[in-house]
Amino acid sequence: MPTPLVVSEVAKSFTMHLRDGVRLPVVANVSFSVKAGECVVLGGPSGVGKSSILKMLYGNYGVDEGQILVEHDGRLVNLATAEPRAVLEVRRTTLGYVSQFLRVVPRVSALDIVAEPLQARGVTAADARERAAELLSKLNLPRELWALPPATFSGGEQQRVNIARGFITDHKILLLDEPTASLDAKNRAVVVEMIARKKAAGTALIGIFHDEEVREAVADRIIDVSEFSPRKYAA
Amino acid sequence: MSAVPLLKVSDVSKFYGSRIGCRNVSFNLYPGEVLAIVGESGSGKTTLLSCLSTRLMPTYGVVEYHMRDGQYRDLARMSEAERRFLMRTDWGFVHQNPADGLRMTVSAGANVGERLMAVGDRHYGNIRTAAGDWLKRVEIEEDRIDDQPRAFSGGMRQRLQIARNLVTSPRLVFMDEPTGGLDVSVQARLLDLVRGLVHDLGLAAVIVTHDLAVARLLSHRMMVMKDGAVIEQGLTDRVLDDPREPYTQLLVSSILQV
Repeated sequence: MPTPLVVSEVAKSFTMHLRDGVRLPVVANVSFSVKAGECVVLGGPSGVGKSSILKMLYGNYGVDEGQILVEHDGRLVNLATAEPRAVLEVRRTTLGYVSQFLRVVPRVSALDIVAEPLQARGVTAADARERAAELLSKLNLPRELWALPPATFSGGEQQRVNIARGFITDHKILLLDEPTASLDAKNRAVVVEMIARKKAAGTALIGIFHDEEVREAVADRIIDVSEFSPRKYAA
Repeated sequence: MSAVPLLKVSDVSKFYGSRIGCRNVSFNLYPGEVLAIVGESGSGKTTLLSCLSTRLMPTYGVVEYHMRDGQYRDLARMSEAERRFLMRTDWGFVHQNPADGLRMTVSAGANVGERLMAVGDRHYGNIRTAAGDWLKRVEIEEDRIDDQPRAFSGGMRQRLQIARNLVTSPRLVFMDEPTGGLDVSVQARLLDLVRGLVHDLGLAAVIVTHDLAVARLLSHRMMVMKDGAVIEQGLTDRVLDDPREPYTQLLVSSILQV
């Protein structure tokens, strides 16, 4: 099996200049890899750095040390040092992300928000919308909401738009930041099934799931993020 | 991913006497890339934009542009006529105040058509059709084509200015606070429009704004300026989610949440 993502010896700290430059170490010596078709779950208590790791993988957080190697378009890209345009290119075709909260764009409908990543890959607007509609109906989002911008949707409705947007493409790596947090049991089950399909299709998934039932259902392996505590390496 | 930059900026500095406008700014801009320049008033962002767009000559430093014939040209070494031609055809400049970028006493259609005539279009019918198409694209009713922009609201004027700039299919557009001074609902409509056009046309753009939400929505990359210098730059998400410099952290922490 190929290994599309390799993280090695990554460290991250924040320097809070507005609080007298206090330095907050977040994680150190983060090393793991994810194989195609595997779902790796980041585990451990709140505040241990799970989301920070996902944000580093996606490029939203800078990386102090180490490498994040992604197989993109037949070559390896180190996201820890890649230029912005290279990161964006990797995001467009290789690396997908379902964030915890939807960032809504004024005036853009739920259907178009979901269709956008496909269009960015050159799929026609009509085909992309058709695929978006399939996903939204699978996730039981009421049809009358599809044409509306999701700013006024409930948390669970927004989350389903976000999931549909993340799952619509065939990115080889998919990051999931608590995609089921505000969903009911029925929709959680839909997401579990969607994750199983991604695995079967050879996608490498890295996720955070607080819901134990979902975690049990999807995880091939759980990485205890407290292993990467900076305190452990301080000495 | 195109391998050659559209704009190469090296070490651009501008002094007003002994006062610093901007100093030692270097970056490359690639086709289709949207760069936001943020910072507070007086940080040098508008001076930099003026130096890039030949509205001001840098005190030193070089700005090179990749012409359609494949050659790089040093903008400072072009003749005034060549610069003006570039400005009217391959570039666009969207001013904060639409009155600075429009001719207020000629019709909306003529405002758009004038740019087409600058690239050699002479057929009245074609020009009028193209102008009408662009008005529709920026959501101005076609029956307003003969009205002067004086009779338009602020948001409509700004959309008209955008149509005027984009009708010649420029490859690079400069925008100076394009949503400044508009109501939030009008601003949202304009942002959505600009976002769609930039994406559909594959435009490269340099957008000066003090509004970080505008930068988040429109730009791929961001440069933060303070006292004339670029103090932090990178992927827009990274700069906003993980700001490194004290001043950037202050800016980001000052955003009002709704």
